[in-house]
Amino acid sequence: MTSFMPPAQRIWWKVPVGRQEIVWILIALVWCLIMFFMMPYWHVYGKQNISNEAYQTTPAKYQAKVQAMIDKYKVREETAQKIPVVAPPAGSDVYLLARLWQWYPMLELEKDKSYRLHISSMDWNHGFSLQPVNINMQIVPGYEMVVTVTPDKSGEYTIVCNEYCGIMHHTMLGKIWVK
Amino acid sequence: MSQFRQCPDTGLFFHKPAESLMKANAVAGAVCLLIGGILGLLVILTRWPAVHLLPADAFYMVLTAHGITCLIFWIIFFEMAILYFAGSTLLRSRLATPRWAWAGFVLMIVGVISTLTAIFQGGSSVMMTSYVPMPAAPHFYLGLILFAVGALIGCFVFLGTLVVAKNEKTYEGSIPLVTFGALTACIIAIFTIASGAEILIPTFLWSVGYISHIDAAMYRVIWWALGHSSQQINVSAHVAVWYLIAGVLFGARPMSEKVSRAAYLLYILFLQLASAHHLLTDPGISSDWKIFNTSYAMYLAVLASMIHGLTVPGAIEVAQRNKGLTNGMFEWLRKAPWGNPVFSGMFISLIGFGFLGGISGVVMGTEQISIIIHNTIYVPGHFHATVVVGTTLAWMALTYLLIPVLFRRKMILPGLAKWQPYLFGGGMSIVAIFHMAAGTLGVARRHWDMGFAGNPLGFEYPGTAYLLMGIAGVGGVIAVIGGAAYLLITVGSLLFGEKLDASAGILQSFGVPLADSVYSTEKPERLPMAPAEAVEGHGDSGFEAPGTFVLAMVLLVSFVVYYFINWKYLSEVWPLS
Ligand code: HEM
Ligand SMILES: [Cu+2]
Ligand SMILES: [Cu+2]
Repeated sequence: MTSFMPPAQRIWWKVPVGRQEIVWILIALVWCLIMFFMMPYWHVYGKQNISNEAYQTTPAKYQAKVQAMIDKYKVREETAQKIPVVAPPAGSDVYLLARLWQWYPMLELEKDKSYRLHISSMDWNHGFSLQPVNINMQIVPGYEMVVTVTPDKSGEYTIVCNEYCGIMHHTMLGKIWVK
Repeated sequence: MSQFRQCPDTGLFFHKPAESLMKANAVAGAVCLLIGGILGLLVILTRWPAVHLLPADAFYMVLTAHGITCLIFWIIFFEMAILYFAGSTLLRSRLATPRWAWAGFVLMIVGVISTLTAIFQGGSSVMMTSYVPMPAAPHFYLGLILFAVGALIGCFVFLGTLVVAKNEKTYEGSIPLVTFGALTACIIAIFTIASGAEILIPTFLWSVGYISHIDAAMYRVIWWALGHSSQQINVSAHVAVWYLIAGVLFGARPMSEKVSRAAYLLYILFLQLASAHHLLTDPGISSDWKIFNTSYAMYLAVLASMIHGLTVPGAIEVAQRNKGLTNGMFEWLRKAPWGNPVFSGMFISLIGFGFLGGISGVVMGTEQISIIIHNTIYVPGHFHATVVVGTTLAWMALTYLLIPVLFRRKMILPGLAKWQPYLFGGGMSIVAIFHMAAGTLGVARRHWDMGFAGNPLGFEYPGTAYLLMGIAGVGGVIAVIGGAAYLLITVGSLLFGEKLDASAGILQSFGVPLADSVYSTEKPERLPMAPAEAVEGHGDSGFEAPGTFVLAMVLLVSFVVYYFINWKYLSEVWPLS
């Protein structure tokens, strides 16, 4: 009868707390602290972290960078739409853009080499979802994010869009080949 | 003169205008759940690959409407009813400014109509998050703003009622724990709505052309200050409902008023945090802020939930043991009234929220682990465990308690009601678990076609992913049947249930007061403090609720194991820095 009645003691905050609750609170607190310290720990010792590097940009500026990279490193075209495939050298800056409803261009990367991958959106929010490894990032228009990626397994990878971006969202795919 | 009636069965007092407001808000909520549930069925049948019911445009429209109608409209209408109940009825106080409360209610209704009209006209399929610069019609945002203003008025009426109760000395001592929980929810709601105004008003002005540009990243940051803390309202409110039901059914007293209230205080202190867990893979936000924010400082709000997770069942256990159910660890639980939907609904809500929703939420809200989960169908899996198995089922359990007390009708179909929480909670848990599983295979959320038909590049998820989405579909259908049973029972009881008061007609079920003779202008007797405990059990060395402690340790072990499994998964993806 008491959770919905005023506490039995007027000075309820002076009633001692039972042993059981104290033990549980301490255990839970320790667990909370462990979870908290796992995040900085992973920044130091873990290999998967999203960088803090990002720049404000505009669609026109970003598109120019993408085009410059394509002009330099294009190796072939794919599909009827002739989407360029680029093979930039290891260690270089790679520019990927998201737009309704395409990831552009396609990339060919080398296994175990690192690349500075830039991604931005030309229009609305998009979701970079690399399958089947399952790496997911939010792509926001007006911002160019930079992550250093090191593909460690070869194969064909697909970029799915997993942020809703309009009526053809579910057809938005891109490709990365790792050789 | 304020008029009150006393419920002859429970002794609860209802202030005449507050009673009508509770009924109106609860019924409006139920109507929203009906709409939202039908939309949910359409959504789940589309995401069930073998069925794939709707065409793409309809799917995105229906999904937008489903999210908003369920998460915002259903939950918040019902929360308003809870605020008025916790403020007026539990404190035996008149409701402050009932006219304002009605004005708020009308605004909320107008808001619902405006937003849903915008969505079903087709030009506002932007999902409930409405990330700019994807545009929606102005009346989409306007409806949400009106709804929020209405809810804000309700919050102030609740606060005003607390002041009235204090001034008129309607209760002894401090406010009850349940009211304290409602107060927590109300404070968080005010913060939430302020953030909502900060982002939705500019977005509305942008949609009508007064503002030319809204930064897309800033929108996300502020929107989630609204979107996340609104979930904190639900948690506070449904924990209050758990305490209420434990008190009503078992006469359970909080194990420690101090601990439970301090845990609520942690919710308030860290409420504005944690919005970052929606932004962990966003560009332009620093890791330091992400870590601090996503962990609610240092997981102090998680700590609070873990505390309630112990003290709610612990209170029940202590009460049951005092009644003589002392055999072994779990006699108190085995012999609990599992056939009473008020109890089973509440307990499934508690377990589902803790084990499925809570654990997955903390795991996916870890800065780096978000990389393998962000925007996959894991996310809807997680929040259907929190906001549907947790909050929605708690509201359902409370409804069963209120039908006779508030509406003065006997519940119809008690046999079906017995099963309802199991159908709904079970079905929805299947949805949650299997969506989460499909998410770990990379299946996207808010996505019409996991087969990517029409794209020349071609990509196929593993066959297992299709199977998992199919099982989730089956679970969803079971949950919809459970939800339909709830609406059938409640609406049926309001219309056809045996009248417990001669004047409880149809109109009375929708907000019209009962016959004048039921009310009296006499002021209710002052609400006394709870009777002191017969045996002073606190503070001694024994564990008063050992069974609960075992359950809590099971939760902790599952939590730890699942947490580190996810770090292991993360360590297997491409190095990123
Ligand atoms: C009655 C049974 C229900 C079923 C079968 C169901 C099913 C679903 C499904 C399949 C999705 C879409 C996943 C996607 O493609 O992203 C979804 C989204 C959602 N559901 Fe439910 N749901 C139900 C009830 C509820 C309730 C009661 C609530 C809230 C209290 C709710 C809140 C949401 C929200 C907020 C979304 C996200 C919408 C968005 O992504 O913008 N659902 N639901
Ligand atoms: Cu998309
Ligand atoms: Cu959140």
